[in-house]
Amino acid sequence: MIKAILIFNNHGKPRLIRFYEYFAEDVQQQIIRETFHLVSKRDDNVCNFLEGGSLIGGSDYKLIYRHYATLYFVFCVDSSESELGILDLIQVFVETLDKCFENVCELDLIFHMDKVHFILQEVVMGGMVLETNMNEIVGQVELQNRMEKSEGGFSAAPARAVSAVKNINLPEMPRNINIGDINIKVPSLSPF
Amino acid sequence: MALKIVKGSIDRMFDKNLQDLVRGIRNHKEDEAKYISTCIDEIKQELKQDNIAVKANAVCKLTYLQMLGYDVSWAAFNIVEVMSSSKFTYKRIGYLAASQCFHESTDVIMLTTNQIRKDLSSPNQYDTGVALTGLSCFVTPDLARDLANDIMTLMSHTKPYIRKKAVLIMYKVFLKYPESLRPAFPRLKEKLEDPDPGVQSAAVNVICELARRNPKNYLSLAPLFFKLMTSSTNNWVLIKIIKLFGALTPLEPRLGKKLIEPLTNLIHSTSAMSLLYECVNTVIAVLISLSSGMPNHSASIQVSFSRHAHTFSLKYLGLLAMSKILKTHPKSVQSHKDLILQCLDDKDESIRLRALDLLYGMVSKKNLMEIVKKLMLHVDKAEGTTYRDELLTKIIDICSQSNYQYITNFEWYISILVELTRLEGTRHGHLIASQMLDVAIRVKAIRAFAVAQMATLLDNAHLLTGNTQRNGICEVLYAAAWICGEFSEHLEEPMVTLEAMLRPKVATLPGHIQAVYVQNAAKLFATVLRGHEGVPADSMVAQETSQLLIDRLPLFVQSSNLEVQERASCILQLVKYIQKLQQKDVEVAEEVTALFAGELNPVAPKAQKKVPVPEGLDLDVWINEPPSGSESEDEGRKSKGKAVFAKEESRHTKPRYTEVDEKELAKRREVRKAEQANNPFYIKASPSSQKVYQDGVGVEHIPVVQIDLSVPLKVPGMPMSDQYVKLEEERRERNKADKKKKKDKKKREKGEKGRRRRGDSGPESEEDITPAHMVDIVTEEMPENALPSDDDDKDPNDPHKSICWAPCVNTAGYGVDQPPLYLSPHPSLSLAPHLQVCDIQGNLQDGSQVVVSVIFENKCDSFIKSMEFNVLDSLNSKLQRPDGAGPHDGLIVPFQLPPGISNEARFIFSVQNIVMPQKLKGTLTFIVKTDDSSTHEKLDFKLHFTCTSYLITTPCYSDAYSKLLESGDLKGCSLKLEGVNQPFHHLLARICFHHHFSVVERIDSCASMYSRSIQGHHMCLLVKTADQTVSIDAKCDEPGLLGNVLDEIKLTFSQC
Repeated sequence: MIKAILIFNNHGKPRLIRFYEYFAEDVQQQIIRETFHLVSKRDDNVCNFLEGGSLIGGSDYKLIYRHYATLYFVFCVDSSESELGILDLIQVFVETLDKCFENVCELDLIFHMDKVHFILQEVVMGGMVLETNMNEIVGQVELQNRMEKSEGGFSAAPARAVSAVKNINLPEMPRNINIGDINIKVPSLSPF
Repeated sequence: MALKIVKGSIDRMFDKNLQDLVRGIRNHKEDEAKYISTCIDEIKQELKQDNIAVKANAVCKLTYLQMLGYDVSWAAFNIVEVMSSSKFTYKRIGYLAASQCFHESTDVIMLTTNQIRKDLSSPNQYDTGVALTGLSCFVTPDLARDLANDIMTLMSHTKPYIRKKAVLIMYKVFLKYPESLRPAFPRLKEKLEDPDPGVQSAAVNVICELARRNPKNYLSLAPLFFKLMTSSTNNWVLIKIIKLFGALTPLEPRLGKKLIEPLTNLIHSTSAMSLLYECVNTVIAVLISLSSGMPNHSASIQVSFSRHAHTFSLKYLGLLAMSKILKTHPKSVQSHKDLILQCLDDKDESIRLRALDLLYGMVSKKNLMEIVKKLMLHVDKAEGTTYRDELLTKIIDICSQSNYQYITNFEWYISILVELTRLEGTRHGHLIASQMLDVAIRVKAIRAFAVAQMATLLDNAHLLTGNTQRNGICEVLYAAAWICGEFSEHLEEPMVTLEAMLRPKVATLPGHIQAVYVQNAAKLFATVLRGHEGVPADSMVAQETSQLLIDRLPLFVQSSNLEVQERASCILQLVKYIQKLQQKDVEVAEEVTALFAGELNPVAPKAQKKVPVPEGLDLDVWINEPPSGSESEDEGRKSKGKAVFAKEESRHTKPRYTEVDEKELAKRREVRKAEQANNPFYIKASPSSQKVYQDGVGVEHIPVVQIDLSVPLKVPGMPMSDQYVKLEEERRERNKADKKKKKDKKKREKGEKGRRRRGDSGPESEEDITPAHMVDIVTEEMPENALPSDDDDKDPNDPHKSICWAPCVNTAGYGVDQPPLYLSPHPSLSLAPHLQVCDIQGNLQDGSQVVVSVIFENKCDSFIKSMEFNVLDSLNSKLQRPDGAGPHDGLIVPFQLPPGISNEARFIFSVQNIVMPQKLKGTLTFIVKTDDSSTHEKLDFKLHFTCTSYLITTPCYSDAYSKLLESGDLKGCSLKLEGVNQPFHHLLARICFHHHFSVVERIDSCASMYSRSIQGHHMCLLVKTADQTVSIDAKCDEPGLLGNVLDEIKLTFSQC
């Protein structure tokens, strides 16, 4: 079982949190801080497993993570999951994000947390892995987005226009600041 | 109206959406909290509007704020509103928010049941999908119960997308509502062969999770999984299945043999490292379970693995795998010692910790010193206290494991401990201290050396306490002071140590340490007196010592710590008195020493248990009736009271109850006397306080082997463990040379006949290394009249120990559609001594057949094989034997049992008449195989088929129930139970649990219940309760069966 999925950036700012077991908000934040603290002090060329976060789980639980450019993807899993299997799963998830957002970068996650959640829901459900086939995941996500469009979309046209007007005054446009693309090229990718 | 709509949409134009919120937060880095609080106010306004789009937008923003740590549970009701929107777009947002912030105690969840049910049956598959996803995160026991059926139906939905989600969520439903497992299991099993790979994968996921909790119940699915493993191409599914097989093989060794080939094929064919790794892992498990032979094979696999370990993650996993091999094939891992030691240098902490774990299992007498030396180097280098503390505990664990088995030189060990005290800021001072105490007390030969070292420590105490008070290392001084005091006869210069113990700086130590200081200063004082009395020139020294104490002790008398104060003032007065005597030239040394005479013996931890309970004393009986109170309170107190009583029994604290009659008092006195006679002392954490002094008589019989030390005892200054490594090597060389000489001599004596048996230059085997100090470690004291047979006393030669039917937890999902049938609800079958026969489960197949599942557990240390199960048939029940077998032949149990393993076998009985309960006698014969011999053993048992066992819990609806009663086919019978003081629902639960009934309807203190026998007899109960009296009116179409079941119910209640 997967107990939690955390995505945060190099400074520990959460970009997506998904707990499959209830924790109060302040405990959640503490877990994020602690996990960030554990993960961030590790070099990039050490192993991707960490044992014993004291807050979440206990000895049966491991943190399995991958670091892409500015983002950490951390899965907290128990011993029923295969360590390398989860690493591959993170890869599949990130590649799916890349397909759905077309060259995903941290900004996509910042501004479209809801969409990232919807994609994740097609990969992991209630702490169990639902689908590992990327084409299937992308297909289902697109079908659902199409349905949303046919209903008129979430942010309807007038609001979008206003939003555009509001943007004019802003000194920074999100797409222009390059926080850094998530580097997707990872050699040992096994096809699920 | 139209105007209102227009106005609404214009207002909406200026609402923030999620992107605006995020952007706003990023632009208000300085006053983020303030900005967010204004946003929350806006959101609250938006939630008040009627427009569902506005609400959805607000909820979406709340989900974002929740991620930042804001509690949004106040909006739970609005989230439910958005969830129930008819538009998929909004519904999805609602469910997302719900899954992020709902939990079991969110009260609005109750309101969602119908909405979720509606969504589950929606024609739009994505509505259903979104509801399932959301539900998977916030399912509660109530939701699980109410929706289990709807979800079950979805498992056969036409769309694979829904099917896979429904299958997956079933696991969550099982967790919250376990009763659903049994009816859902067949369908779940069916989904393993679903045409869609996604559904298949989901089913595998669920079953693997279930099997993890109770693997042996899923052994029956092995063939199905085997087929999947050879046919599936989905790596995730394969990984899951292979992991499952890894858990199953220890239970069924035959499975392992079959697995080897397909696993090897996968290893060679797959390109996915994750799959490869899991394959290798399971192969290891298989080889371990086969255990016989093939150690070379596992070694080779593992070698290839460590070679593969070029990437960091694999290195970690390689170490993980090695720790599995280590348990069974330590030799093959030991050969990689260098590689593992190298991993200690790795910069990755995860890898270092794993390597440390491995080292624990790898040490031997031969390499212990070397490994610890290496670890000590790491201790010096380690930065970061957590890792250093981990190293420290590991060093101590490694050295002290199995009673210091691997330590050949205790001087070396003491030096290591002393060296460890130099670590700054470690939390493990008490650990080092307890080791010092343990070694000094239990290894007599080392005491002189230990005392010398401790004296040095005390003298240099300022080094240890130098920094801060919270420095845990000062705990070591506790041990040092105690050892110096207790074994002061070994001290070279007791005066110096005494002086060191009374320095003013001691007053800064924690109270409990000061107390030990004071007490042991007195012991040292006694030693000094003894040493100097009688010699006229020395009487001055003795008097000076008294004066020293009189000068220094007042410091402790002022201590704020009660213990210190008390001891100090007591000893101060004593010394003052002694001084007076000294001035009159009276010899006092003898008497002062007598204060501390006697020796402490280590007491085995289990010693107390071995003291036999005097005849006529029942420890479970109340001495006084517990004070009466309300029912629930009473229960709580009962358990509490028991705990108190149990403690009394083991620790002899003063009795708590004051009103005791004469008889009980006498009884207790007897117990106390017995205990005092049998258990002279008990030392554990704080020896000084618990010590009981006795005359030296009765201690001498403890076997202590004194041995000449071949190593010089004195090492100047602080010890250096390294020296011992060298010395030890020299000693071993010398021993070897001696042996060689002897051998040569023998050879010469034997003359020409003598052949070279073994090359002398060959590697030194474990046995050849003789320890430098013999240790009286194992001879912990036991009371003289200890009972020889205690449960935890494992005697490998006791054949009755070897097999035991452990109770098998009846988790559902056996792969059988009917519920299991308890053949014997109570462990009433007491058989051979030390044998527990507990529940035997049966599974029902048809009206005349009963399947008995028996779990065999091998509890001895030897291998058990050739088990034969036989039952003496009765007219009514017969064990079904294979064709051609005689009616008295036994059935061969199709497996063997390595030590500690349990396995299940099923036997089919044919039963004709289920009206009467019956008992069957049987025997189990088996061969216990030890290293050098094998014995044939026999075990008698009884199988108890109660009438209850023939009942199956069958749900019944109230209308069907009343029809059944109206039909008039049933004959009645009734039963009255007096003095049942349980709450009504407990009573009902008891009947349901023990007698397989289900509640049809319950009104106040009256309930109707139903059950059905395997041959289709209906049985109805009407249970009423009033004033501790329970009346049961029962009806059944078979009066004999009914009577027997009622008798059994009566029995159940008479036992509670």
